[in-house]
Amino acid sequence: MRGTDHQKLSIADLKEMARQIRRDIIKMLMISKSGHSGGPLGLADIFASLYFNILKYDPQNPTWPGRDYFFLSAGHLAPVWYVTLARAGFYPLSEMSTLRKINTRLQGHPAPGYTHGLPGVEIASGALGQGMSIAVGATIGLRMDQKPNHVYVLHGDGELDEGQVWEGLMTASHYNLDNLTAIVDRNFCQIDERTEKVMKLEPLADKWRSFGWNVIECDGNRIEEFLGAMQEARNFKGKPSVLIARTFMGKGVSFMEDDYRWHGVPPSEEQGKQALSELEPTKFGDFVMFEWEKEVPEVVK
Amino acid sequence: MVSIQSKGEKATRQGFSDALVELGEENPNVVVLGADVSGSVKVDAFAKAYPDRFISVGVAEADMMGVSAGLALVGKIPFASTYGEFAAGRPFDQIRQSIAYSEMPVKICASHCGITVGPDGATHQSLEDVALMRVLPHMTVISPCDYLETKRAVKESLSITKGPVYIRFFRDNTPMFTDEATPFQIGKANTLIDGTDITIIAAGLQVWEAIQAAEMLQAKKISARVINMHTIKPLDREVILKAAKETGAIVTAEDHQIHCGLGSAVSEYLAQTLPTVQEFVAVRDTFGESGKGVELMKKYGIARDDIVKAAKRALKRKKGRRGEKAS
Ligand SMILES: Cc1ncc(C[n+]2csc(CCOP(=O)(O)OP(=O)(O)O)c2C)c(N)n1
Repeated sequence: MRGTDHQKLSIADLKEMARQIRRDIIKMLMISKSGHSGGPLGLADIFASLYFNILKYDPQNPTWPGRDYFFLSAGHLAPVWYVTLARAGFYPLSEMSTLRKINTRLQGHPAPGYTHGLPGVEIASGALGQGMSIAVGATIGLRMDQKPNHVYVLHGDGELDEGQVWEGLMTASHYNLDNLTAIVDRNFCQIDERTEKVMKLEPLADKWRSFGWNVIECDGNRIEEFLGAMQEARNFKGKPSVLIARTFMGKGVSFMEDDYRWHGVPPSEEQGKQALSELEPTKFGDFVMFEWEKEVPEVVK
Repeated sequence: MVSIQSKGEKATRQGFSDALVELGEENPNVVVLGADVSGSVKVDAFAKAYPDRFISVGVAEADMMGVSAGLALVGKIPFASTYGEFAAGRPFDQIRQSIAYSEMPVKICASHCGITVGPDGATHQSLEDVALMRVLPHMTVISPCDYLETKRAVKESLSITKGPVYIRFFRDNTPMFTDEATPFQIGKANTLIDGTDITIIAAGLQVWEAIQAAEMLQAKKISARVINMHTIKPLDREVILKAAKETGAIVTAEDHQIHCGLGSAVSEYLAQTLPTVQEFVAVRDTFGESGKGVELMKKYGIARDDIVKAAKRALKRKKGRRGEKAS
């Protein structure tokens, strides 16, 4: 069985879903009062595209052997993944309010396994820099068995400071892993400062090219463009492909946009309300209604 | 029993931060390395005060350890800073070969240690770092108990000119109960409370828990000695042997895995000198999870109540050992 087809959304609906994902992230973080806002908001368009157009999966059967493998190497981006997994039907929407709380499956950083594991999470992440190697191993193993599954790995740009990423991407091109597609969340922000100030990455595309990858640069906040780039990556044979996707940290919330200081903090109550007022409700509906949202607005006379 | 009071709360990592700023002024060779968590581990104050002596290596802890070794080689005094898991676990072999084996005087400064770091979850809860660091020859391992002791440990670490030092501290604001009059010398444990029935040996944030536990035990007419074992390596053997002889039962308490941490260090020593009844308060060979620090301390058995329970178990075993009827 294949779960993707019934999940595929039109471009208009993908945009609406991306907005819903942003609303969910804000509400989730307002409840947890802990967690990362900036990166996850910037990735809403990419995650809507991945789970409602690109990836093959079956939410009822997360370990379906025909699935595509998706690895979130930068585990702190979990909020956008968690809400997308809920929206895609991997676990109940209401569970989103348990992020980072004791006994939750929505651990601060993605957890696999039987204790705290969330369906759809293949392997742990959180300590940066390890996802590329895992994706390389999975791709090689699947190829040994002549399996057609595609493997995807998503990295933060700051995460690329970790040397292990480059070891992995050297291995990927050495073995011509064209069933592997990497996505770099190129938002130019990390914790301490903007990426080029903390540790210069540019010319980033040239670096990946010189390591033997097919490089596609695209706008990660424009869904049509991202889908096109993904198609191009999947069609490319002989080398692994990377999408260097330009995104904006905090995208969709005016006071967070392109500001590295929103990397790791949740919105306060007031900031959350402000953020939600900038993100129009969608037909998919919120997973929770706060008390203040239920109040009947005062009629101004 | 003398009661030990908290004089307010401050984070141990703030002690690290304040010490660095003072050291920067005092010694032009002091340099600080940051791995993209400068605000959290609070090296931003040093970076602001001495921008020319702050080195940002990006999110690259293995690189940071190698760069620190190189800096030490040419006469600098490097303080390499990040979270505990990424200070000890991630770059272990770089530390082993380029720093410990090579006897480079690098200060490895690990913040956000232990399960009490909370909501970030297991990947960020450094519960193995003491084990990893104390197994290395030439390494000094310090786990201070409060703000001021952390500040003093960081400053004192300059006195170690051969080989590296690992200093372990925490994120949260915690009680301040030492002052300038409290002795602090690397390798010399502090007996904070005298007692005759049992000894609680603790490090880091568990020292405060141990003090509270001792007071709870006192209410039950059990006299507990409390030792702050801020230096886990080299271990203050004299103090341990004395406690074993005089009280005959030991509880160790640490925010760390049960294996290979402070408790193991104490029992390894006593097994070879004076085998003594010992109970371990530590995380019992399991990974942590997200939650509030206080919730996790309870769930994972390292809160003051657990120290009290461990003390009672130890006392029972001690009595049984003496051939007396266990009550
Ligand atoms: C090995 C390791 N070192 C440090 C950290 C702490 N950390 C978490 S996110 C982050 C910055 C990552 O930047 P980027 O990948 O650009 O993510 P973004 O800021 O865009 O969310 C750091 C240093 C970590 N999680 N793992």
